[in-house]
Amino acid sequence: MQYIRAIKDKTARHIMLGISIFAVVFLIVIGLSLFFKALPIMKEKSLWTLLTSADWKPFKGDFGFLPYITSTLYVSALAILIALPLALLTGIYLHSYASKTISRIFQPVIDLLSGIPPVIYGVWGSLTIVPLIANHIAPHFVEYSSGYTVFAGGIVLAVMILPLLISILVEVFRSIPQEMVDASLQLGATRWQTVKKVILRKSFSGIIAAVVLSVSRAFGETIAILMVCGNITQIPHNLFDACYPLPALIANNYGEMLSMPSYESALMLAAFLLFIIIVVFNAISRITLVQIEKRYSFS
Amino acid sequence: MKKHEETFFKVLMILSALIIMGVLVFIIGTVVYKGLPSLTWDMLTKLPGGGFYLGKEGGVLNAILGSVYIIAGSLVLAIVLSIPVVMYINFYLPKNSVFANIMRFSFDILFGVPSIVYGAFGFALMVYLGIRASLLGGIITVAMLIMPIMMRSLDEVTRLLSRELPDALLSMGATKYEMVRVITRQLMPGIVTAVLLAIGRGIGDAATVLFTAGYTDNIPNALSSPAATLPLSIFFQLGSPVEEVQNRAYASALILTVVILILSFAARHFSSRFSKNRI
Repeated sequence: MQYIRAIKDKTARHIMLGISIFAVVFLIVIGLSLFFKALPIMKEKSLWTLLTSADWKPFKGDFGFLPYITSTLYVSALAILIALPLALLTGIYLHSYASKTISRIFQPVIDLLSGIPPVIYGVWGSLTIVPLIANHIAPHFVEYSSGYTVFAGGIVLAVMILPLLISILVEVFRSIPQEMVDASLQLGATRWQTVKKVILRKSFSGIIAAVVLSVSRAFGETIAILMVCGNITQIPHNLFDACYPLPALIANNYGEMLSMPSYESALMLAAFLLFIIIVVFNAISRITLVQIEKRYSFS
Repeated sequence: MKKHEETFFKVLMILSALIIMGVLVFIIGTVVYKGLPSLTWDMLTKLPGGGFYLGKEGGVLNAILGSVYIIAGSLVLAIVLSIPVVMYINFYLPKNSVFANIMRFSFDILFGVPSIVYGAFGFALMVYLGIRASLLGGIITVAMLIMPIMMRSLDEVTRLLSRELPDALLSMGATKYEMVRVITRQLMPGIVTAVLLAIGRGIGDAATVLFTAGYTDNIPNALSSPAATLPLSIFFQLGSPVEEVQNRAYASALILTVVILILSFAARHFSSRFSKNRI
């Protein structure tokens, strides 16, 4: 009997260790397999040409990623520009001003916003934001816009990254010791002065980490973006141009392109680029956030 | 001056909080407003009939069941793999072990990997293994997506658990494996919360199943048959030029939204119960 228990215990331990190691290795496996799938196209053309050329003619063998990369950058930059002020103000409000009841009411709002699936954001964006831009905003600036634009993508993405941004910001603010805040208030500083001079200054690195994390989330967003951005291969010149971010490119073309090895490889390169950039961004911000947590915890 | 600045920013803060609440109401309102008129009992209970995509009769039962099958399968996979990992890093490895921290770090990173990358990787893996777009492919890919969510959420509740119970169990002569089994039972509410979170993320994601699960008007009857999913059915119906079909996309969007709302509130309910009963 004792013997069986011991064997069970040992077996369980080994199985658990095995699964645990597998879970860590998994990340590397994804990276490597995407890399090897992308290798053929990188052998055909130099990476530099692929990244800086704007010619995308798969049937002639031209794979220039520049339009997709600039689209991704524009849309994500716009999203963070819209989301950051809102998230900062709301985060500070929840942390320093709001009563417990208000924070408790607000928590489900953040949970729900983060729970709504991308496709629903896409439906919402194409029903409301796109027509709004096409009929009311764009006519003031350009002659014609379909509404499926960088602007629409930026707004929808901004809403999608808001919950992540707010919850990380509130966590960062919370990591500041209460003594520091109290000391500032005791010296006669107003709430806002304390926020400005103590909280925001102390959490600068945390805010950067939150931004980097949210931007990487924005980089990878697929279905919602696909539904509101227009998907025209071009380098967008203003907010009212259609754009075609990298994830949308993969989603629209992958799976059907097995007959053309170089096309498939090019799309895999797109996935690999997304993967690498997002992993690096995530790693940087997670390390920063862990250090912030450690800095102030004395226990 | 000081006073004005204070008031100004306070107003700005309340305003932005209200904007965010307003956006949520706006999104749900839009989906309900557009979806409710087209939501019929047939939508929920019928398969797409002939000419469904031209506006003829039928429903999205294929997509609803497809989504349920995929999420059920991937949950089994994710639970079976993530509970041992979380138990191992919390109870087998010493506190502050480097390996445990590397693991937590890699879950954080995996959590950030976008679903389209999982989709592309899943498809490449399936090609390599010779699996066609099918229920099985969808299950594997969605499992990859929800595993980091489950592990992170489980790890969090496990770390909140006091050390007394494990110590008591060990000092009574239980082996570590027996101790872990008791603790797993103790963590049930936390596991339920993690599962609900994972369902919420997995059921709504379209990019993972886009290449891996395929699409069909039938209910999948084997692991190797293709499976429709709710998000993809919304996406495809919305792309149709026929107005009735578009309206049904809105109705499908409403179905998905209601499912997500229920899951989200259930998760809240369980997590609050857990924090009350924490030992």
